[in-house]
Amino acid sequence: MWILLLVPFVGLLWVPFYNFAEPSLFGFPFFYWYQLAWVPISSLLIWLVYRSRTPDETP
Amino acid sequence: MADQIQWVELSVFIFFFALVTVMGFFAARWKAGPVSEHLDEWGLGGRQFGTWITWFLVGGDFYTAYTVIAVPALVYAVGAYGFFALPYTIIVYPFVFAIMPVLWKQAHANGHVTAADVVQGNYQSRALELAVAITGMVATMPYIALQLIGMGVVIKAMGLTGELPIVAAFIVLALYTYSSGLRAPALIAFVKDIMIYIVVLVAVVVVPAKLGGYGAVFAAANDAFTAKGGATGLLLKPAQMLPYATLALGSALAAFMYPHTLTGIFASKSADTIRKNAILLPAYTLLLGLIALLGYMAHAAHIKVDTPNDVVPALFQALFPSWFAGFAFSAIAIGALVPAAVMSIGAANLFTRNVWKSYVNPDISHAGEAAVAKIASLVVKVGALSFILFLPTQYALDLQLLGGLWILQTFPALVFGLFTRWFRAEGLLLGWAVGIGWGSWTAWSNGLKPLATLDLGGASYVFYVGLGALILNIAVAAVATVIVEMISPNRAGATARS
Repeated sequence: MWILLLVPFVGLLWVPFYNFAEPSLFGFPFFYWYQLAWVPISSLLIWLVYRSRTPDETP
Repeated sequence: MADQIQWVELSVFIFFFALVTVMGFFAARWKAGPVSEHLDEWGLGGRQFGTWITWFLVGGDFYTAYTVIAVPALVYAVGAYGFFALPYTIIVYPFVFAIMPVLWKQAHANGHVTAADVVQGNYQSRALELAVAITGMVATMPYIALQLIGMGVVIKAMGLTGELPIVAAFIVLALYTYSSGLRAPALIAFVKDIMIYIVVLVAVVVVPAKLGGYGAVFAAANDAFTAKGGATGLLLKPAQMLPYATLALGSALAAFMYPHTLTGIFASKSADTIRKNAILLPAYTLLLGLIALLGYMAHAAHIKVDTPNDVVPALFQALFPSWFAGFAFSAIAIGALVPAAVMSIGAANLFTRNVWKSYVNPDISHAGEAAVAKIASLVVKVGALSFILFLPTQYALDLQLLGGLWILQTFPALVFGLFTRWFRAEGLLLGWAVGIGWGSWTAWSNGLKPLATLDLGGASYVFYVGLGALILNIAVAAVATVIVEMISPNRAGATARS
């Protein structure tokens, strides 16, 4: 599951993948809404990892 | 921008400023502990902040007032390139989730207060400890100065001239930080963050409605960039892609090496508090993305300013009644106080633990530590204040940029030691020195631009100099570790208490 933490790095650091104007959404060019969309997606991915890990109070 | 005093704005501003001042002094009694008797109390608020307080505190000191001014200013001036702050503040959270709970556990188990404490615990090297501590203090000072610049921009917009208002605001800040410690910015962060959320949510709904929707906002910005030409536009130029990605990655790795962000980590109640915050803090990133769009809204509103930093105040004054502009300016100014307070506390903790205790008075008591840190926080603030009073503003900006590259060079010493003891202190110290030396020299010789150029096989690559310095740093540390290991395989002290 920890591999999910690397997904936002790939999605956001590979810039040629999203440096476009179309398709736009609510007037936002793709470049902008794509990156904004990664905010909730990243939270969700981190939450999934958080859910899957064993609670740590036993070190 | 108006030159007369804007009385309505100023009245609203003074009201909120007075409110947080009272809160700042009152904070000493909040979740009360013996503030002057232990550095854990003054410098870390008693190590008891749960998920919500940490969310407000870290959100309040990571997303600073200067961000609210400078990110839209950069977006206004150059367009898409200014948005690197968005990927930066997204990818920082998977990193925080994976690394910071480990750091917290180690700090908690050993009573560490600073990054340099953790490094000293892991490597038993006074030299490496001092390198990390000094880097932290030096990188923080211009960062505090930047908060003052952010506050100065809104004070100027309200028609107040001269430096007296900033000096007065800063003295107030210094006094309640002195008496309440980390509790003051933690409590004020609630007010600051709620105000900023209100301002930005109102702005991103009302402003496009007045200007004809987001489509019109982007179209107006596009027209402005087409007219302006150069390396500007709604999309990145091909040559800007690598700088954009490396700036985002380098900034993300550097973000939680700073004393003020780490103070928020160390002050948390548990490792789980930090994990939950890695999930919840991106809410601020959404806010930051919307704040950045203010730069485009300014184009749509035909705002013309002398310096891009005036874009946000000018936009609010043009589109909102003066009471709401005053509310927004208060939010920005209070947004400067929270990080400035936490930064001075973080720097003071470093000075107390890793300079004073290590070199001047090793037998210092807990109460003595708190006393030294309180004085040190005043000295740090006076230093930052004299920065902007006596030096050109550009120096603070340049030094802040260099500070980011410097603090990033403490990454190997702090982070690698959490997972492996393979590296040797000598190697990490040499890597740190080479990273800082090469990075500073490269940035300097490029006219203090944060980019370096590498020519490989006919193609040339432009990237963030801090990230290049970090890679060099790690390589040097690894090679030096291997060499030191051959010369003296015996690790003196490395197995001692950590």
